[in-house]
Amino acid sequence: MSACGGAKLSGASPMTDSLTSVEARVADPRLSRLRRVAIVPAYNEAASVGSVIEEIRAVDPELEVVVIDDGSRDGTSAAAEGAGARVVRLPFNLGIGGAMQTGYQYAREHGFDLAIQVDGDGQHDPREVPQLLEPLLAGDADMAVGTRFAGGARYRPPFARRVGIEVFARLVTLIVRQRVTDTTSGFRAVNRNGIMLFAADYPHDYPEVETTVLVFRHKLRMAEVPVEMRTRASGRSSITFFRSIYYMVKVSLALFIGLFRRYSTPTEES
Amino acid sequence: MTPLRISLVAAAAALLLLILILELIRRRRLQERYAILWLVTAFTILVLSAWRSALGELSDLVGIAYPPSALFALAAFFILAVLLHYSTVISKLSDQNKILAQRLALLESRLREREAPD
Repeated sequence: MSACGGAKLSGASPMTDSLTSVEARVADPRLSRLRRVAIVPAYNEAASVGSVIEEIRAVDPELEVVVIDDGSRDGTSAAAEGAGARVVRLPFNLGIGGAMQTGYQYAREHGFDLAIQVDGDGQHDPREVPQLLEPLLAGDADMAVGTRFAGGARYRPPFARRVGIEVFARLVTLIVRQRVTDTTSGFRAVNRNGIMLFAADYPHDYPEVETTVLVFRHKLRMAEVPVEMRTRASGRSSITFFRSIYYMVKVSLALFIGLFRRYSTPTEES
Repeated sequence: MTPLRISLVAAAAALLLLILILELIRRRRLQERYAILWLVTAFTILVLSAWRSALGELSDLVGIAYPPSALFALAAFFILAVLLHYSTVISKLSDQNKILAQRLALLESRLREREAPD
């Protein structure tokens, strides 16, 4: 899949030079006055959440890490606290949408300027956070999405999954009139505008596709950044056969209804 | 014309439903705002099963050959309305439930931050 056409790509340097550039980017003077938080949603990820937190800290010690424990029963909270993260513990399982929104509410309440989503299962590489932040720091976008398909990224998902991703990518591209290659990526970063939006309005489940459209509806700008995803360190993907059917139907319905919804951008006061 | 026996049975059933609903409200097991649709349902069925000529005319009007099926169709329609209403109530409740869980979690994390001597 050649997916470069028209996409707004930034920081187009994949793994090859990312290791050497990390130190330089952390010292980025633009970051010095910006408070930033990494939101790590975790549901029964006690085995991997600790190392994810340590990896994030190693990349950027100034980056606060908040783990949203989505009602885990395996000591995820304790593991996260042990690794030095702040923990927000939901009383019961809300699903990824509700958990992510809690993270954005945390970022809103604590006055963060930048928020980065990093999955608790270790499939996102925190060393790519600086690339992800680049379009936000340059003022080119309000949300940056790590895409597995554009630029230097090489990711070949199983056939059925690839078709699903491709269908939604085309659909979203059509709706937002900007080339979008990966609508399922949960590796994202937003600025204050994005934090305010997502704290106020975030879809319940399978939120990635809808939030992409939401961002455009609210006249925010999005940029894609090529990233590599790793195979998950532990746990299982939440996608099964029946769930993937529910996924297709639910997301399609939400996209369709979304076309007829009215949107008002939340402000700092609301 | 609707057979008399059907009218009697339908009227008795509707009356029973009506009494049950009123009793549930009286015991505060059912809030008025959720009972209204049920009351309208029971009352409409009661009226149409007792007032037999009206049911006949209604069936003619919409082209139903056998008047008692108009009664069933109407009952089914009302039940659908009640169910749909409940779906909206559940959606609202689960939204509020989510908001409560989020607020609680954020408050707890703040509280722990304060209490921890860092």
